[in-house]
Amino acid sequence: MSGPLLSVRDLRTHFLTRAGVVKAVEGVSFALDRGEILGLVGESGSGKSVTGFSLIGLVDPPGHIVGGSIRFDGQELVGLPVQELRRLRGRRIAMVFQDPAATLNPVLTIGTQMTLAVRAHDGVSERAARDLAARTLTRVGIPEAAARLDAYPHEFSGGMRQRVAIATALLHGPDLIIADEPTTALDVSIQAQILAEMRALAKESGTALIWISHDLATVSSLADRVLVMYAGRIVESGPVGAVLRAPLHPYTRGLLDSLPAMAAPGQRLNQIPGSTPSLLSLPPGCPFAPRCPRATEICRTDPPRVEPPGRLALCHHPLEAA
Amino acid sequence: MLGYVIQRLLQAALVMLAMSALVFVGVYAIGNPIDVLISPDATQDIRAAAIRYYGLDLPLWQQYLAFLGRLLQGDLGRSFVLNMPVLDLVMSRLPATLELALASVLIGAFIGIPLGIYAGYRPNSPLSRGIMAVSVLGFSVPTFWVGLILILTFAVNLGWLPAGNRGPTVEVLGVGWSFLTWEGLQYLALPALNLSLFKLAMMIRLARAGTREVMLSDTVKFARAAGLSELTILRRHVLRLISIPLVTVFGLEFGSTLAFAVVTETIFSWPGVGKLIIDSITSLDRPVMVGYLVLVAFLFVTINLIVDLSYALLDPRLRRGGRTA
Amino acid sequence: MTAFWNEYRENWVAVIALAVVVVVVSAALLAPWIAPQDPYDLANLDLMDARRPPGFVGSNGYVHWLGTDAQGRDLFSAILYGLRISLQMGVAAGAVALAIGTTLGILAAQAGGKIEQAIMRVVDLQLSFPAILLALVLVAVLGQGKVPLVIALVTAQYAYFARTAYGAATAERQKDYVEAARATPLPGRRVVFRHILPNCLPPLIVVGTVQVANAIALEATLSFLGLGLPPTEPSLGMLIANGFQYMMSGRTWISVYPGIALIILIVAINVVGDQLRDQFNPRLRR
Repeated sequence: MSGPLLSVRDLRTHFLTRAGVVKAVEGVSFALDRGEILGLVGESGSGKSVTGFSLIGLVDPPGHIVGGSIRFDGQELVGLPVQELRRLRGRRIAMVFQDPAATLNPVLTIGTQMTLAVRAHDGVSERAARDLAARTLTRVGIPEAAARLDAYPHEFSGGMRQRVAIATALLHGPDLIIADEPTTALDVSIQAQILAEMRALAKESGTALIWISHDLATVSSLADRVLVMYAGRIVESGPVGAVLRAPLHPYTRGLLDSLPAMAAPGQRLNQIPGSTPSLLSLPPGCPFAPRCPRATEICRTDPPRVEPPGRLALCHHPLEAA
Repeated sequence: MLGYVIQRLLQAALVMLAMSALVFVGVYAIGNPIDVLISPDATQDIRAAAIRYYGLDLPLWQQYLAFLGRLLQGDLGRSFVLNMPVLDLVMSRLPATLELALASVLIGAFIGIPLGIYAGYRPNSPLSRGIMAVSVLGFSVPTFWVGLILILTFAVNLGWLPAGNRGPTVEVLGVGWSFLTWEGLQYLALPALNLSLFKLAMMIRLARAGTREVMLSDTVKFARAAGLSELTILRRHVLRLISIPLVTVFGLEFGSTLAFAVVTETIFSWPGVGKLIIDSITSLDRPVMVGYLVLVAFLFVTINLIVDLSYALLDPRLRRGGRTA
Repeated sequence: MTAFWNEYRENWVAVIALAVVVVVVSAALLAPWIAPQDPYDLANLDLMDARRPPGFVGSNGYVHWLGTDAQGRDLFSAILYGLRISLQMGVAAGAVALAIGTTLGILAAQAGGKIEQAIMRVVDLQLSFPAILLALVLVAVLGQGKVPLVIALVTAQYAYFARTAYGAATAERQKDYVEAARATPLPGRRVVFRHILPNCLPPLIVVGTVQVANAIALEATLSFLGLGLPPTEPSLGMLIANGFQYMMSGRTWISVYPGIALIILIVAINVVGDQLRDQFNPRLRR
């Protein structure tokens, strides 16, 4: 089959709250090939997680997808009946969440939870489901997996718990895994381990991966391509190396400058001045204008238009590619 | 685990001791029981003899010690009025109350929990609003008033069910039970329904609140992302997650049900301990009052203990290491 | 405040309930002026008029819209006066319980250590013990009358307030600004009145509303069991109890109308309390 695995066009997800309409995702478009690893980067509130949840139709109310298209393997997901979406979830598109302590049910054994996930799609016997669960746990590096099926989540360490969650996502050999900040809640040393393992697992099984993170450094070590989100929009996208070496958007530049690893020893870290704007009252022009060092009059009045795909930057005054 | 059980047992014993002292002082220290024991026209001699006979001339702490000593031997004293051992009296009435309380708690749980889960799952649907209206009513409307309406509707107007008394019982293990025959069940139906209304309302409310909270949790989101059907999520994940507070309340409510049975038993002339305590209060039959209260306190402490221990069974996180009570 | 009311207004059931509470309370307050008959003035009563159905025209030419009771009293008037007594008891018990409970709760939270332990142990023990049993025993011991009844109701209810105030105060205590206020040499009293008490108020208002309704229900229950107020001061509960014996013979109105009045009052208060609870609960805020 040709064409990208996932193609998102002009996705818009809004939250209808008492205070007004929060446009959490406003016109997001991107494509993803089979086996590709895509990093989705942004500050909290940038709409990166909502984008991830929109893909599998799990946006919390009062949020709704109000427009756009999500084509997965040729099938349109926006407006798909819940039952058919459910058949895709876990089987072809799986998800891993931020905090494994919160995602796993504390009062069920991990065996039970994984068995439920297996049998959600395959009418196999309890035994066969447990066998599959044990094999998958072994794949993610949990020793004595068969014996540990009877353990409860609290009997695992944080890193092991996240491995259980990853194993649950891998059970049905999905085409796409959406990982929403899966290492943020873990210790730094374990973060690196999980990162490496995820990359290996994805490459070995040909699974495409969308890695959502606020941390550009994490994404750079993992992803093939990166999308940078700000205020519900993708402000820059491109191959990870190019974006890191020569960002086009002033916001990406700002993010890079605030990374400790990028600064020379002893040098002050450069914070982006100001804070994320309220999605309820965005400025009429470019949403980043109030914080942007390069902003001019046009930035405050006219929203920047999208450049043709390839290297993309949503900006009136992109930085020169070096 | 064993250490935890022993620790809880000791605590329970302490609470019992405190309760018995409170009850004793509360009932004996105020008022003079002798006034209701003998006729006001009785001579001083008869009066003095009666006081000596019942030990009412001793200092209060001695009366309490004697009471405690007898308590430990299962001797709760004799009813002033009926002149029979309080323990026998209470025990003969207890099965009727236990049966009634158990029936109503079961009705409350088996109807209330599913309704509450539904109301929490679809908080804005018309049916959920209806369920919550029933729950608000069940909470606010006094039990005795519901009892009257039940009698008026099902016994007086429709004539479907008996209005009161216990009806025939079947002897099992030397105790009479109503639920074993169809006729007995008919007598049990209205009082049990009456007494269950409050529990029903409470179970609905708790199950709804728990479900609402759990439905927003990452656990449910993760289960959904794994493609589990909504029914499986509700049955396997949500029910287990909300069961811990439910069991607690279920247990505690069983105790308070025993107490609220006082009202239901009075309305439906159900021959349980509740009617006994009302009768003993109106006739100032202190040993029966004290005996009843100590027994209820005992049941309470026992139930609390069982609830605490079943926590450990339901929540694997508590199985190792103690819980601070 | 306006925003609060605007949010409240969105729930029309709660608005109706609030209106009902206002109407019922004013009717009870104004009973001596708006009741067609003084039900306790024996000169007004005629036994010939006893147990007449609703709409009956009495010997004095007055139409008894809700019928008459066993003594020939106009039921509508008796209900208005009964409401008065029920509300009196409920509000008195609620207010005293609020004062005592809040004091104990905040004291426990502020004092800490042994005092905290002692107070909260007793409160928890009492919370696990059914209120009605406690009230029953106290009424039995103290005898009948308004004061013993209020004592019984307060004893049965103060623990809820103590728990609530304690919870709110401990949560408040851990916040930085209280820590800061403590660090500066302000007298403890000022911390309590300026910082802690105002923040305990929302939950206390909710509990207070619900507890007034509970006190009214509990009083009615005790009166129904014959352990409440003396017959000279018949609350709604006693009116219902008096009518109970005539129910089987089909004269249902004597019990039913006072009962409906009682239910309307209690349910309305509870609905208002529920709405307040939802509005005060930040976790349910949208």
